[in-house]
Amino acid sequence: MAETATFSLGKSKKRSRWIEEATRSGFFLCALASVLTTFGIVFVLIREAIPFFQVVPLTDFLFGTRWNALIEPRSFGVIPLLMGTMIIVIGSGLIAIPIGLASAIYLSEFASDRTRKIVKPVLEILAGIPTVVYGYFALTGITPLLKLINDDISVFNALSASIVVAVMILPMVASLCDDALKAVPRALREGGFALGSTKTEVSLKVVVPAALSGIVASFVLAFSRAIGETMAVTLAAGATPKLTMNPLESIQTMTAYIVQVATGDIEHGSVSYYSLYAVGGMLFLITLGANLLSHRILKKYREQYE
Amino acid sequence: MSSAEKTHTVSEEEFMNKRPATPEPQKNSSEASDKESDMKNAHLKGDNVTISYGSEQAVKNVDIRFPTNKITAVIGPSGCGKSTLLRAFNRMNDFIPSASVEGSLIYRDMDLYGKDIDPVEVRLRIGMVFQKPNPFPKTIYKNIAWAPQINGYKGDIDELVESSLRSAALWDEVSDRLHDSALGLSGGQQQRLCIARALAMKPEVLLMDEPCSALDPVSTSHIEDLMLELKKQYTIVIVTHNMQQAARVSDYTAFMDSGVLIEFDDTGTIFTKPSVQRTEDYVSGRFG
Repeated sequence: MAETATFSLGKSKKRSRWIEEATRSGFFLCALASVLTTFGIVFVLIREAIPFFQVVPLTDFLFGTRWNALIEPRSFGVIPLLMGTMIIVIGSGLIAIPIGLASAIYLSEFASDRTRKIVKPVLEILAGIPTVVYGYFALTGITPLLKLINDDISVFNALSASIVVAVMILPMVASLCDDALKAVPRALREGGFALGSTKTEVSLKVVVPAALSGIVASFVLAFSRAIGETMAVTLAAGATPKLTMNPLESIQTMTAYIVQVATGDIEHGSVSYYSLYAVGGMLFLITLGANLLSHRILKKYREQYE
Repeated sequence: MSSAEKTHTVSEEEFMNKRPATPEPQKNSSEASDKESDMKNAHLKGDNVTISYGSEQAVKNVDIRFPTNKITAVIGPSGCGKSTLLRAFNRMNDFIPSASVEGSLIYRDMDLYGKDIDPVEVRLRIGMVFQKPNPFPKTIYKNIAWAPQINGYKGDIDELVESSLRSAALWDEVSDRLHDSALGLSGGQQQRLCIARALAMKPEVLLMDEPCSALDPVSTSHIEDLMLELKKQYTIVIVTHNMQQAARVSDYTAFMDSGVLIEFDDTGTIFTKPSVQRTEDYVSGRFG
């Protein structure tokens, strides 16, 4: 009896070790796939951008103020595209960050459980709407409204795109800030209340500062998202690479340019074609920088606060 | 002059005027003042207090007096309602949506649950220290200065910070790093900081909800010494799990079980010859 028991125990152990190993390898391969994909994308970006920079000097690309990639005379100064992107980022940030943070404070500190239970899922649904729908909404909803206020506004304009990008990133800002605020321990709030402070004082001066790292990280993520946003700005902001700070004019962002070239009939192997990768690489670097920054902010404040 | 008494010398008129004027608490000259006069001198009291969470009663028909300038300990097994009762006295239960309080809770002339009473004002007069130290993630200095500043304290804030830290017996340990984060302090120091923070608001009553349960024995004895010093100025109510602690520091002890106040008497009586069998079983460690 004892012998059989030992034998079957050994066998089952052996099989479980084999399963362990297979499971581990399976998970490792999945993780490896995403890492390899990332490196693959970076590799392609660099390889395809090299022919571009062989024709256009890097300084002309970085500091040139005219972008005219598709018709002669061609000119590849990325500043107008960068500016277009920045107008959208700043415009949408100015709208989405205050409103998003305020909604988060309301949700986390003031709203009843019932309200929260309704609003939170709605926010998450908003975040799931395809961005092309938002772009269409900007073109057919927001722009006509803006035109009612001021008729001089172009059909394609940065303001309308900024507003719609703000609407898109707002749920993310609100939801992430709400998570950050909710993560502040109840004991801190009670400590504030016990000192005779009001709900407003506790919310703004205890809870928000304590949640600052999460809040700032959500801002940076919103920034990344706004930079990378493509369909809505392609539809609403236009395709006119222009060095302007006027949000009422038509502009072109880096992403919108990529859409334009990728869907157009640009000759494969031409400079215009390779410019795609130069712009794409630049986008990648900016978003990477933003994500690293948010990581650093989180880490720095976490050390300081916990 | 003791360091604890110093606190009141910096009190600023505008600051105090935010609250209704109250007479100075009467000092009991003799340590062995008799129970009857202490009870008469109890400004903080509850009559027929019932506190429920939803349909469940956590505290049932409790009548209790907390004598002024004395330490009253509330003891009892876990879940007996002692913390719930304590938190009712500065309306901390307001933040628990299902909690409801019946009966009358009075501090001096103030019905704590009166219609026109602002709970913020109640908490200005009745301070609280919590079970787990909960300093704000700010500097040591700001932890203390924060509440007086938002309440419009016009006096010398540096002085207030120093006197509060001295009253909490923490000044000597932190005076050279006031602008470091409070989270760098040890647990015992953090708890004394929380006491200092409460004292800076110059409350009249200090409610302490198991203030030493998260602390080591050395820090605990620091806090206990501090309480004995503070009772000259404040009325202190302490909820504790630790019966030795109740015996060491308190003048009066209330024993609660299953939401009911079983017995209330001076601490010596409760621990040596309680009149209820259940109290005796508990203080002698037979249950709980």
